[in-house]
Amino acid sequence: MGMKFIGARVPRLEDPALLTGRGRYVDDLHFPGMLHAAMVRSPHPHARVTSIDARQALAVPGVHLVMTYADLPAPAQQARIPMLVPNPSIKHPLMPYALAKDEVCYAGDGVAILVADSRYLAEDAAALVDVAYEVLPSAGDCREALKPGAPPTHAGIASNLAAQFTLAYGDVDGAFARAAKVVAASLWHHRGGGHAMECRAVIANWDPLQKQMILWSATQSPFLIRRSLTELLGWDEDNLRVIATPDVGGGFGPKTIFHPEEVLVPLCAERLGKPVKWVEDRRENFVATTQERDQYWDIEMAVDAAGKILGVRGAMIHDTGAYMPWGIISPYISSMTTPGPYVVPTYRLETRVAMTNKVGTTPVRGAGRPQAVFAMERLLDKAADALGMERAEIRRRNFIQPAQMPYNVGIISRDGKPVIYDSGDYPGCQEKAEAISDYAGFRARQKEARARGRYLGIGIANYVEATGLGPFEGATVRIGPSGRIFLLTGASPQGQGHKTALAQICAEKFGVGLEDVTVQLADTGIIASGVGTFASRIAVNAGSSVHLAAQDVRKKVIKVASHLLEAAEEDIEIDGGKVFVRGVPGMTKTLGDIARSVAGMPGFALPGGMEPGLEATQYFSPAQAAYCNGTAVAEVEVDIETGRIDVLRYAMGHDSGNLINPMIVDGQVHGAVVHGIGNALYEWMVYDADANPVSTTFAEYLLPTAAEVPRIAVTHQETPSPLNPLGVKGAGEGGTIPAAACIVAAIEDALAPFGVKVEDTPITPVKLLQLIRKAQANAA
Amino acid sequence: MKDMRKVSVTVNGKSYAREVETRLLLSDFIRHELELTGTHVGCEHGVCGACTILLEGRTARSCLMLAVQVDGANITTVEGIAPSEKELHPLQQAFMDNHGLQCGYCTPGMLTTLIEFLQDNPDPTEHEVRVAISGNLCRCTGYQGIVDAALDAAKRLQGGKRA
Repeated sequence: MGMKFIGARVPRLEDPALLTGRGRYVDDLHFPGMLHAAMVRSPHPHARVTSIDARQALAVPGVHLVMTYADLPAPAQQARIPMLVPNPSIKHPLMPYALAKDEVCYAGDGVAILVADSRYLAEDAAALVDVAYEVLPSAGDCREALKPGAPPTHAGIASNLAAQFTLAYGDVDGAFARAAKVVAASLWHHRGGGHAMECRAVIANWDPLQKQMILWSATQSPFLIRRSLTELLGWDEDNLRVIATPDVGGGFGPKTIFHPEEVLVPLCAERLGKPVKWVEDRRENFVATTQERDQYWDIEMAVDAAGKILGVRGAMIHDTGAYMPWGIISPYISSMTTPGPYVVPTYRLETRVAMTNKVGTTPVRGAGRPQAVFAMERLLDKAADALGMERAEIRRRNFIQPAQMPYNVGIISRDGKPVIYDSGDYPGCQEKAEAISDYAGFRARQKEARARGRYLGIGIANYVEATGLGPFEGATVRIGPSGRIFLLTGASPQGQGHKTALAQICAEKFGVGLEDVTVQLADTGIIASGVGTFASRIAVNAGSSVHLAAQDVRKKVIKVASHLLEAAEEDIEIDGGKVFVRGVPGMTKTLGDIARSVAGMPGFALPGGMEPGLEATQYFSPAQAAYCNGTAVAEVEVDIETGRIDVLRYAMGHDSGNLINPMIVDGQVHGAVVHGIGNALYEWMVYDADANPVSTTFAEYLLPTAAEVPRIAVTHQETPSPLNPLGVKGAGEGGTIPAAACIVAAIEDALAPFGVKVEDTPITPVKLLQLIRKAQANAA
Repeated sequence: MKDMRKVSVTVNGKSYAREVETRLLLSDFIRHELELTGTHVGCEHGVCGACTILLEGRTARSCLMLAVQVDGANITTVEGIAPSEKELHPLQQAFMDNHGLQCGYCTPGMLTTLIEFLQDNPDPTEHEVRVAISGNLCRCTGYQGIVDAALDAAKRLQGGKRA
């Protein structure tokens, strides 16, 4: 047999180019005659646009075009940008026009796009576009926005309530009536961003030979861009090709979203007949790229005397910002995630989605789950404290047991189907995390530290995450006359190593090396249908498609070889790119020989009446999500004089099913954990009371650096999903989901002598010091 | 009127002469005039470190300099780190072996920063590595693979000297 690749820590095919400066991101591409665009954006959170005068800008030599709403083609004036995932509970399905019609609804909303010879010139001239605004009252805080008399976020709407829904099962009020203890919390998770190191970028180039508009975009989903563009502009999708390759510099959610520039840049290229490039700068990324997390939870838990959960109920307000391009996905996911790995017999969460005059919110790594896990895990800590029970123990008492799988949670998902966990060993995963974090030894460490005046604390948190979101992804596997294997897929990576992981699955089927597989991806021109890389879905969807397509091609190779070598199919073996007859040395053909034999000769029938070519396409469509899970343990130190918080140790028990490349999965977990540490301690997208963005540079909005984060210990439990042929589950977001919950728990544990309670994230030194001082004053 | 100046510079051992606008950023000069697009721009305000180059052997943020400031200077960018087309520098190899990169966008700045650091401190502790790259943001790796790569590279480079 050839090399076993699945499960192996193989180096990535992507790396040599990226390490030597030969990566190619959108801004690295150049086309002859290319022009450069800059956006004119609203400086106001809410205003009426009374006039736009572009004459001065257009008079600047080298300026080619200023496009405003009035200059858009008729379809884009009539229709707003399509909402990708509508839902009947949405009362105001508000989406923006490609450019503001007569009203801007957040600071950063696009008013005009300007095209010039260079970006420098375009920015100079954009400053000369004279836009007259009549400033309107704006809604900042999502709780205030829902109150009667709050300023409407959009002219003509009766209320800022965008959507309302309740997820419930069982007699939750009855459960509370017979509870031994009820604990409650009011919690707030603040807004942050995806902050891929590469901002968004688009090039549109009309190809007169192919009669095709080619769009290069730093996107997570070229197929969704194509769909949105054809829907909005009525373009023929065969004349539109969207490419997110060779390289995209990070995604983390917001690059899934169809942003207005993705329609404006091709419109400018069409109008001018020249390639047009627009590259978002970091400040624009802060004001005009979607964000996530602002949610307020008022939630309570009922437990019996043994610490068993009887019910969870409460209400949540989600800030969707001025627009809702991804519908109500994030708050819906939040409300489905709360029960997590625990038996929660009764549940009710009432969710209200509020519009504000801030940039829209859409999923960012974790997608609504960190907030729900924060709520659930903080309640469990409070319940444990109320019962005088150890915090890990209350979790053990409530876990869904492996024997209960598949487990019907009781919730109906947004596609109308019940939420059923397919597999998982939650007690086993927590046990592993406790072992690698030396959870049992912590109290001794804490005692020893406290004797020296140091405040250490520990926190533990669990989560369950729906991954491998459908409906499908596809892959074509083809062996050419050269014997080389080609793998084509709509998966669209931004650093996840799809090329390597998918080549691993494919190469193993033919006993060849990874270098013998050419992987092409992220291009609507190479496969008929695709979805994109988000929702931790590629290993499940694209991985399974590659597995199935490669298996089909393998079967065909055996069939053709059996014919050519006059041997039974059972006796044919494939290895090292060659086909053998078992026990007959010398009876061999290369994969290239087999491919050529079914490529056909003019006038001759194909051998055995077979179909031409060695090629198969498969679109794997999972029956439902594959549920991954994990346990995080954080150990922190708090300096009670300064409020400084150091995460000393961090451990993660992680179960994403079978691992294709453990090195890549570890990297996903490390990155996701640090994103979660950012959410817990540093990342705070600050707006003032009127919804003006305040933190619009990396000097004001803090991403974690290497110096703040600890070494992260990861241990994998591999519980295969029965729902896909590889037994895999998603791994991209799990690290983020429980991070804030366990870090805040650890901070509270460290400050237990003062009784400090932390209810919101990020918890900064200044805020924490205020809490410590307040607690000290109360005690005195 | 555009204020133009002549700039002559040596990048990765090759000489270039261009006439540029005085306001042109060094990062844009390297990327778009010299077409060395390995140097990336992540924030344009000197915080993220993706645009870090070696100017006379010392790290510099190319987004915080003007092209006209480097007239007569020697610059190394990520394209100039590997000893040959077919070989990786030990630091690059260590990044590959330790999964020190995912999307690759911050990688050029991490490599240039660490080349200078490992020259100054050939046998660093993990903490020293973390502080050394604390001016370079990475959103993908959680830094762990990068730190491991730097420590591994330090060993490889020292081994090379001994041999």
